[in-house]
Amino acid sequence: MEDIRIEHLSKDFGGFTAVDDVSLEIRSGELFSFLGPSGCGKTTLLRMIAGFEIPKTGRILIGNQDITELPPYQRQVNTIFQNYSLFPHMTLFDNVAFGLRIKRTAKMEIIEKVRYMLSLVKMEDQSSKYPDQISGGQKQRIAIARALINDPKVLLLDEPLAALDLKLRQHMLIELMNIHDAVGITFIYVTHDQGEAMSISDRVAVMSRGQIIQQGPPDDIYERPTSIFSAYFIGETNLISGEVTGIEDEYVQVKCDNGAGEFFEIDSTFHFHPNIGQKLTLSLRPEKIAVSRFKPRHQDDINILRGVIEDILYLGSHTQYIVRVGKLKFRVFSQHKRVYFDEKALDWEESVWLFWHDTDTWLIAEEVDENGRNQDFSTEAPYHRALKRSSPGSE
Amino acid sequence: MRAAKLYKSMNLSIFTLVMIFLYIPILILIIFSFNDAKIIVGWRGFTLKYYAQLFQNETIKQAFWNTMLIAGLSTLISTAIGILTALGLENKSFSGRRGLMALIYTPLVIPDILMGVSLALLFNFTRVNTGMITVLIAHITFCISYTIIVVQSRLEGFDYSLVEAAMDLGAKPSAIFWKIKFPLMMPGIIAAALLAFTLSIDDFIITFFTSGRGFDTLPIYVEGTIRRGTITTINSLSTLMIGATLLLVVLTKRIRGSLFNL
Repeated sequence: MEDIRIEHLSKDFGGFTAVDDVSLEIRSGELFSFLGPSGCGKTTLLRMIAGFEIPKTGRILIGNQDITELPPYQRQVNTIFQNYSLFPHMTLFDNVAFGLRIKRTAKMEIIEKVRYMLSLVKMEDQSSKYPDQISGGQKQRIAIARALINDPKVLLLDEPLAALDLKLRQHMLIELMNIHDAVGITFIYVTHDQGEAMSISDRVAVMSRGQIIQQGPPDDIYERPTSIFSAYFIGETNLISGEVTGIEDEYVQVKCDNGAGEFFEIDSTFHFHPNIGQKLTLSLRPEKIAVSRFKPRHQDDINILRGVIEDILYLGSHTQYIVRVGKLKFRVFSQHKRVYFDEKALDWEESVWLFWHDTDTWLIAEEVDENGRNQDFSTEAPYHRALKRSSPGSE
Repeated sequence: MRAAKLYKSMNLSIFTLVMIFLYIPILILIIFSFNDAKIIVGWRGFTLKYYAQLFQNETIKQAFWNTMLIAGLSTLISTAIGILTALGLENKSFSGRRGLMALIYTPLVIPDILMGVSLALLFNFTRVNTGMITVLIAHITFCISYTIIVVQSRLEGFDYSLVEAAMDLGAKPSAIFWKIKFPLMMPGIIAAALLAFTLSIDDFIITFFTSGRGFDTLPIYVEGTIRRGTITTINSLSTLMIGATLLLVVLTKRIRGSLFNL
């Protein structure tokens, strides 16, 4: 089996740089995702691997073969398109058989292989139907069968689940993983949905503005983001600016401005060597913070802050609290487990304690741009209502 | 409540009237083709003798074959030109595209009489002997605009990602055209051909100006005969043509349904 190597790949469209000097190695048999917001260049990168776009500079290699300039029909790469692109004038059987017929495969072999592929995607009993007679999820399966029948070295999937509803999406995701395990070839998966990328991939490349911001296994990217962008784009997080005031053993002390002229200090462990006085950003995942109206027992390796609940959002599996500390706002997720709390639910405008373990504070050696001009996002807590609401019971 | 009722009954009566005006003349024509009378004066008994006369009349037969020949050839040629032009016009970066489109659309709104006269002048000027060839050229000329537009409208909605999908599956450009693009264009091509065929069959004005003496198509023959006052064979001829048209409509629907699933 052969790895895919992408070397210094760039592509622009009339002055707009879609992909900017990307280098990447995808191991054989891997399920690799390109993850990023729309316009980040992930689809362009995929289309260059498929051969629909010719890069301005750089090379794409599969094994030792340079495929950069090969037309799509000479590459051992197949694509699942976002809208499936099944041929509407052919039956499902003929759709799946298309690639083999182009290669003038013997008739019996075609029948046999198509049957096998259709059974792999659980569509064997519908082969005489036309694409407009089946559902979105079924079209998806046929598109997969149509691509895999050509024995590609790499299967490219361009937002394959975007057109499906939530339940079907979760179902197809698992099925895609099963198919990946069954055929054992490299899958490259493009998506803007971080949940999809996290659950399906062996490794993920987070992309923004045509560049790869970070790549690695999903848990690595989630737990150990190296940039503000990947911390913010993957999952939810609180980003706080701070300045290093002390380093002791593996602990670092960071002074944070709460926006109201006061400072508080947060302890953290570090994964790079910060200097005293260095300005950096703290990333704090909302689910790692505990919230309570009772002050926790003091411990050395726990951070404790006092704040006021500004908003409560019930989200089914958990509740999101927006807690104001000075002028900063923390997002906190609290799961509904009654075994932890035999107490009255927290209320709007209630004073609470926030606390979390030192190791759950993650340091990023980047500063939040104050103007927000060079960021693709705002670090303000979203889902936040401007109007205050009184508690449901008090009316 | 009453207004709604009134509105509804008005709708119905308008619909009925439209249907009557559309189909009663045709119905009368069909009935009278079996009427044993030389002029339309009333029912004089059932007969098939005018149908028999029709099939014995060499002039009519000749006119019929002329019409079919012209319609067939002009359909074939104008559809072929239509397909090629529509494919060429797909290229949006072609600089003369808008101008060419305007030239293609204009003949649709030019009155037939103008077209007929100008073609007659052209043939006169170039000293081409009028006859089969001039009629054929004239018919192709006025059919082209229609075939181009019909085929093009089909291409307009063409999903280019299907081409990419075929390419991805190993198809070279020629295979993509014959296996994907052409079959998907087919409904447009059939519609264009049918349109050209019907336009050619019943064209009178342009044919009148370009046929000269000695080459009659059915519409020209019918006009001449009615002018001389014998309407009987014309009734039976028209009835047969109505039947043929209906058959054609049903057949194409069937063929389209079974061949292309479109």
